[in-house]
Amino acid sequence: MIGGQDKLRKRQLREETAPEETAPEKTAPGSTSSGSTSSGKRSSVRTVYRNEESEPMKMIDIKKLIYEYTRRDDEGNIESVNRAVDGVDLDIEKGDFVAILGHNGSGKSTIAKHINAILMPTEGAVWVDGIDTREEERVWDVRQAAGMVFQNPDNQIIATVVEEDVGFGPENMGVPTEEIWKRVEQSLRAVGMIEYRYHSPNKLSGGQKQRVAIAGLMAMKPQCIVLDEPTAMLDPNGRREVIKTVRELNQKEGITVLLITHYMDEVTSADKVIVMDEGKVVMQGTPREVFSRVDELKARRLDVPQATELAWELKKEGINLPDGILTVEDFGKAFEEYVNTNGGLK
Amino acid sequence: MSIRLEDVSYVYSSGTAYEMHALNSVTLEIKDGQFIGLIGHTGSGKSTLIQHLNGLVRASSGTIYYNDQNIYAEGFSMKELRSHVGLVFQYPEHQLFETTVKKDVEFGPRNLGLSEEEIAKRTEDALTMVGMPEELYEASPFELSGGQKRRAAIAGVLAMEPEVLILDEPTAGLDPKGRDEILDQVARIHKERGITVILVSHSMEDVAKYVDRLIVMNHGCPVYDGTPKEVFAHYKELEGIGLAAPQVTYLMHDIKARGLEVPTDVTTVAEAKDALLGWLKKRGLCENACGREQSLTEMEQEAGHDT
Repeated sequence: MIGGQDKLRKRQLREETAPEETAPEKTAPGSTSSGSTSSGKRSSVRTVYRNEESEPMKMIDIKKLIYEYTRRDDEGNIESVNRAVDGVDLDIEKGDFVAILGHNGSGKSTIAKHINAILMPTEGAVWVDGIDTREEERVWDVRQAAGMVFQNPDNQIIATVVEEDVGFGPENMGVPTEEIWKRVEQSLRAVGMIEYRYHSPNKLSGGQKQRVAIAGLMAMKPQCIVLDEPTAMLDPNGRREVIKTVRELNQKEGITVLLITHYMDEVTSADKVIVMDEGKVVMQGTPREVFSRVDELKARRLDVPQATELAWELKKEGINLPDGILTVEDFGKAFEEYVNTNGGLK
Repeated sequence: MSIRLEDVSYVYSSGTAYEMHALNSVTLEIKDGQFIGLIGHTGSGKSTLIQHLNGLVRASSGTIYYNDQNIYAEGFSMKELRSHVGLVFQYPEHQLFETTVKKDVEFGPRNLGLSEEEIAKRTEDALTMVGMPEELYEASPFELSGGQKRRAAIAGVLAMEPEVLILDEPTAGLDPKGRDEILDQVARIHKERGITVILVSHSMEDVAKYVDRLIVMNHGCPVYDGTPKEVFAHYKELEGIGLAAPQVTYLMHDIKARGLEVPTDVTTVAEAKDALLGWLKKRGLCENACGREQSLTEMEQEAGHDT
């Protein structure tokens, strides 16, 4: 239903902008033309658009995305330009669990911020549930479709009681009170925090706070959640809780998940792993495909799960184990099989 | 030379409904030159404990001795204690404030009232120790990458030439390579300078790889204290208090559960590799790899010693 409206509005928008395409703007770079959402920089962008008739609606659709952080001095002159994202094409289907890996400064968080319309493309475009994030008047639709969880649990909680914090989002959206309470209860149940609904958030552990933050998103009924290193500040238990919660939301509620992390063991059950380096997507595939390329990952400042690393080390010693070992169980099975095929225990 | 805690307790909000024992009669000795890992779930008392070690937080009861001197005795100089026991907080880059990296590192020694010459020497030393590239000495600390900011912050503490270096989750938020670089650097400083290092960490893999002694905190007191091997043998109990063992430890247990009697007191990938190769070899199960494996492992071990 909402999707239909989106298409309509987008078509209108394209018609509005179409004539401008034939008459290229001569605006100086960086200056904005008054009364319009477009700027000189964006004029080159219009050649990029989705072919919505032939492609099914993606949850997230990123086309030729470029983002540059521009530093200016006191007079507004450009001092330096740092290209954080450099021509990324990426699409994420509804219901997918996708993980993005990459070292610090590889551009992964910059991409996440585009999905939430916190950043606007320098070039290229990002569609979230079919909405172009550059449509300023629809920024709240974008943010409702794709909610975001950040690294630090303490920066995301605002209310003094857990249930009020969770209700904050829907209340801001103008959801009727009765419906808010229903959503608060559902969301807290979904993240396993219902027994804490009357507690003060500042007495919770880091993992519990992150789950409350996730519940706050769920109450806004997003189709997708983007998590930017949600476990970086948590202890092992907290990490387990958060990842388990996210997986359940993906499997039971069909929420699309985009997880940005440095912890390799958190991505082994993702549908797809994307590796970024220097602003580009350099590897993508299933976890097994990506983690088979241990040398390449290490060269990109990344790691592999210990089970994968051990298998790789043993293979270098001539122990013939299969590729794509990700978990403790994978390793155990492969090792047992190796022993059996080599004559077994005498 | 040591830090000794005797029956140290710390109570938050004493006498109110929120009264909480963050430390519960902790008795502990930290000997000179040890590399200690401190683990425990959030709220287990790790951070409170380390803040006692340099006198930032005063114990509600009990005594702390630094080199046999009671730090709560009258006339004991807390300022001096803090120059001997350096504490690098979580996300230390949030405490960078000067206009250049060098000035930021100089701040500590300058406050000690040292000569310009000594300040320059210590600053240079500290920045070299953390592996800061020289071209960044004059850069603004805010322009640095996450890993480099953290190096700058650690250098600021090292410039005080502490005898004990305490790091509270120094690698949180860093990528795997950045994490390895910082911890390798810390291990090198420990080895070369012989200073005591206390590493607070949430990563079981990291503590297993680096420390000689592991202390596990729960409910405000140490519940395990031993080598990583000894401590991780209690992996089931550790899970019960919100922790875990490194993945390789589970891996060895999994293999054993399949009826293959491999050793399970393994906590690092390198140990697991040696243990499994040895096990296979003993049973003549490593195909044509055995001869080659022998020389390769030796070569790698030698290479490992160099780094």
